[in-house]
Amino acid sequence: MDRELIVAICDLTCRYADAPRDALREVSLEVNAGEFHAVLGPNGSGKTTLVRAALGLLRPTGGRAEILGRAASEWSRRDLARVVGVVPQREDNLFPQRVRETVLLGRYPHLSLFGSVRETDRAAVERALVACDVRDLSDRWLWTLSGGEYQRVRLARALAQEPRLLVLDEPTTSLDLRHEMELFELVRELVDARRLGALMITHHVNLAARFADQVLILADGRAAARGAPAEALTRDTVERVFSWPVAIKPFDGRPQMIPLRQRKDAP
Amino acid sequence: MKYVALLSVALATVAAGLLLGPASVPAGEFLRSPIVWQLRLPRVVLAYLVGGALGVAGVGLQALVRNPLADPFLLGLSGGAGLGAVVAIALHLPGPWALPLAAFAGAVGAMVLVYRLGLIGGTGGAGGELDPRILLLGGVAVGAFAAAITTALVSLAEATELRNAFLWLWGGFSAASWTTVLVMLVYAPLPLAVIAAAARPLDLLALGEEPAQYLGADVRRLKQLVYLAASLLTAAAVAISGVIGFVGLIVPHVCRLVWGRLHRTLIPTSFLTGGILLAAADTLARTAVAPRELPVGIVTALIGVPLFAFLLRRWTVS
Repeated sequence: MDRELIVAICDLTCRYADAPRDALREVSLEVNAGEFHAVLGPNGSGKTTLVRAALGLLRPTGGRAEILGRAASEWSRRDLARVVGVVPQREDNLFPQRVRETVLLGRYPHLSLFGSVRETDRAAVERALVACDVRDLSDRWLWTLSGGEYQRVRLARALAQEPRLLVLDEPTTSLDLRHEMELFELVRELVDARRLGALMITHHVNLAARFADQVLILADGRAAARGAPAEALTRDTVERVFSWPVAIKPFDGRPQMIPLRQRKDAP
Repeated sequence: MKYVALLSVALATVAAGLLLGPASVPAGEFLRSPIVWQLRLPRVVLAYLVGGALGVAGVGLQALVRNPLADPFLLGLSGGAGLGAVVAIALHLPGPWALPLAAFAGAVGAMVLVYRLGLIGGTGGAGGELDPRILLLGGVAVGAFAAAITTALVSLAEATELRNAFLWLWGGFSAASWTTVLVMLVYAPLPLAVIAAAARPLDLLALGEEPAQYLGADVRRLKQLVYLAASLLTAAAVAISGVIGFVGLIVPHVCRLVWGRLHRTLIPTSFLTGGILLAAADTLARTAVAPRELPVGIVTALIGVPLFAFLLRRWTVS
């Protein structure tokens, strides 16, 4: 199978204005079509900064970030939105809105200035609704949805952009077990069935190890480890990065982390 | 159907503005009467255009600062325009255009100042980005400062001048003529088109600046263009007819309730509705206490404040 490079990040270094140190230091990452990448790391380790710089919202102070062979900063927002669909960590709902309208926002980068919504746009919205299993919710108001349904709707909006790459920033925070698993399964399925690239920021070490092809572990803005889960998620690395003792056990051929209790005498 | 109703109300409002007035025009002479052609028609058309401009400026601004309770006059423009007008009166500038031009200059001056205050980051203003929160606070500060200078000038002026300045600030269309209509017809289309062209990115901006960028909106340019266009519309409105509050606040709200949140429909319907509101308010202002006339800003405030209180409660309950 041909390897089609979507994102190429090389020695990327970023620093926010007036910050005493780099938010990101010489981090490299390559995402190909049909690959699921997970980015792990404690709070403040530079995960969201990496996404911002990779997608041209933040100008790097060193290194390069390229999308489909072109520097991220050279893309117009509109052109980039046709190639990369993002599910951001947070967004506002200033005005009440229905599910189908929300997903239709994903077609905006494909619409002309004064042109109206075409049949192809409606078809793309339907496909995205079906793919994320939210078609039955089309006419519901967003605020009536459960957390899991809401995240699937936002993923459907990103899919309606018909992107080559999906970027998800902590999409399963505050979801219960079933909705969390469903979302990981859905992303994996999209990656396999449509050969999308996926880049997911998550705090779930174990699910990242089960579902992702590659993991990147960030600590203090640097890459602590990078590679297939079995190579990157060693006991040594995980303990150092997350500052907590753990055991690593294999399950289904993937490493799984079990945090240890520190007070051994506890009942 | 809702559009048909809106257009019918718009036509009825204009017709009422032509038919009603302190002078009675015999039915037979109606179509030939100079009172209708030279006074009432330009006046009702001008009120409609200004109302529509304020409605669209309100829609653009509320989307920009991402606050549905923002009014275009929050950005310090009324203070700047008032200062300009009072300076013109204090200096006894001659000619019928001195006052509106001075007010326009004052409003644009306030706009530039607030814009500079709201520009955060970057060097020399080139790479800066507008911060909507700072924009609002800067608007309030610049407005208060201009109002202080205005009051100082008024307190030093003589009584009749003071009355002129005061009445002018509260707004009115008594000076309306076909020339003013023409000025507005030439001036308004460009800023209106800029806001109309930004309809879809403004939908995205409601999600937040970062999500909007991921969905293809060039947020930095969008904020600058919409701020300038909305401010220029408001500056023209204030120069032509003084400070007319609540139109830019209420109209987008009402339209959002009826037509939903998408700006492709919100912008044209706000223009039509804003025109209806202000044309009707002006007809009321010149007939309610005929032969004298109320400043139209008082009428819109008397209608607008209760309506606003109602909407505010609705908003906080839901």
